[in-house]
Amino acid sequence: MSKYQTRKLINYFNLVASLVVTALGLFMLAWILSVLFSKGFQYINWAVFTQMTPPPGSAGGLLNAIFGTLVITFFAVLIGTPIGIMAGTYLSEFGGNSRFSSTVRFINDVLLSAPSIVVGVFVYTLIVEPQGHFSGWAGAIALAILVIPVVVRTTEDMLKLVPVQLREAAAALGAPRYTVTLSIVYKAALSGMITGVLLATARIMGETAPLLFTALNNQFWSSNMNEPIANMPVVIYQYALSPYEDWQNLAWAAALLITLSVLTMNIIARYTLKGSSSR
Amino acid sequence: MTTASTMTEETQPNSRVIGLKMSGALKESGEREALLEKIDSVRQIDKAKLKINDLSFYYGKFKALHNVTMQIPDKQVTAFIGPSGCGKSTLLRIFNRMYDLYPGQTTSGEIMLDDQNILSPSVDVNMLRAKVGMVFQKPTPFPMSIYDNVAFGVRLYESLSKADLDERVEWALQRAALWTEVKDKLNQSGAALSGGQQQRLCIARGIAVKPEVLLLDEPTSALDPISTTKIEELVHELKSDFTIAIVTHNMQQAARVSDFTAFMYLGKLVEYDQTDVIFTNPGRKETEDYITGRFG
Repeated sequence: MSKYQTRKLINYFNLVASLVVTALGLFMLAWILSVLFSKGFQYINWAVFTQMTPPPGSAGGLLNAIFGTLVITFFAVLIGTPIGIMAGTYLSEFGGNSRFSSTVRFINDVLLSAPSIVVGVFVYTLIVEPQGHFSGWAGAIALAILVIPVVVRTTEDMLKLVPVQLREAAAALGAPRYTVTLSIVYKAALSGMITGVLLATARIMGETAPLLFTALNNQFWSSNMNEPIANMPVVIYQYALSPYEDWQNLAWAAALLITLSVLTMNIIARYTLKGSSSR
Repeated sequence: MTTASTMTEETQPNSRVIGLKMSGALKESGEREALLEKIDSVRQIDKAKLKINDLSFYYGKFKALHNVTMQIPDKQVTAFIGPSGCGKSTLLRIFNRMYDLYPGQTTSGEIMLDDQNILSPSVDVNMLRAKVGMVFQKPTPFPMSIYDNVAFGVRLYESLSKADLDERVEWALQRAALWTEVKDKLNQSGAALSGGQQQRLCIARGIAVKPEVLLLDEPTSALDPISTTKIEELVHELKSDFTIAIVTHNMQQAARVSDFTAFMYLGKLVEYDQTDVIFTNPGRKETEDYITGRFG
């Protein structure tokens, strides 16, 4: 067999193999989504959005859990984003390839892949235990720790995509360094940075383990971040494992809702990035 | 309106001669005579804007420029030609201390802009860059509207009223021969313009600050021939107000736009003279070989 034919064969084999693997991945995704829809969609009704989580055996909704997730996520992103953006900016614009930045970059990558339950236990010992009670704030901080590495990474990557020539052009006009970063580089990388924050939001919305150790859960309406606060992932966790059918049904509804919101986040993130790069 | 024409004819008859790089002793008298002749032809420079004295440049330990000495005349166009890697862009980027952005890049020698050594550590680099503007090889519109692109540099130094700023933006765009094409879409993104228009936008952005010197680093190498012609015409127009230094690897372009031409090779200034002398009667063999296309 000639060299060319061997090459063609290898090419063909690889093409088929990657198609099969892609199909497998898509099939799993479609399977998960279809099961979620078929089991969860029927339980989504007005009550889900208007009533509190019920005691076993009675009707209820998810209002307090939806609210809790939104609040915890909001504060987690609010705390994590500035830290992440500033660190990412340092790495891209100021740190260069110094020993310090390489170390920070490495630690950030470790944090990026750290199991979220470890972060939960960490915040538990840091905040929950000294305070003596679970709280929404502890949950928000645990999730913020998960937001930071994602935002650091995307910010650094997006800023590095901004051409050096653009920075030089701004500097050549006599713009000081911070002006170059704030008015030129950020502006050019804005949509990418927003995408990073959206992806981080999507990542933490469904996180369960850190919240089990921090925000825990609350059967009742609570908007006090100093107390345990209800949230979707922990509700799903508790209700799905419970023996009560109403609870299991609500867990399906909650699972579908959270998946849809994460999916929406990801689609928005994609769209933001695409919209800017085609310009 | 313009910063030009404030210093009128300070025509000094025996004015400073622009530096001629003479490497090695002049042994033969014939050579000496030729040189004296050349000095005569160069005497027509009345006023040097930049005086470069024994300038060397290092990327880390690598010496990229070797002891360059020359003078760049005021309100004239000086072209830098030479094969790739000869150091012409490196030299240009020293004039506004662009190299300051990168650690490990250092200089020795001096460059006098009027009476100030711009290489001195005490020089405020941002103020220097307000006086010495630069346009790059690739058009670099900022991610903002056409108006804001031009106003960007002005806003760094001056707090003008809206009306004054409008006037300045219009002036700069007119000087850059772009006004008629963009006057109805000043709020559109600068990135939406064509490549040639983007480059003229960058020129407008540079001159809006009213610099004294304008550095052009291969400004047309990414452009089509028609846009190139427009930029070349523009360079002609602008030299009444600005001292222009242009790097190009297009020799015809150097011949068309410049009054003086410097030929560089391997980090050295080989020959520097009036453009027509360089292109019709070069003094050195390397120059002749390069401009006749025998190497490069």
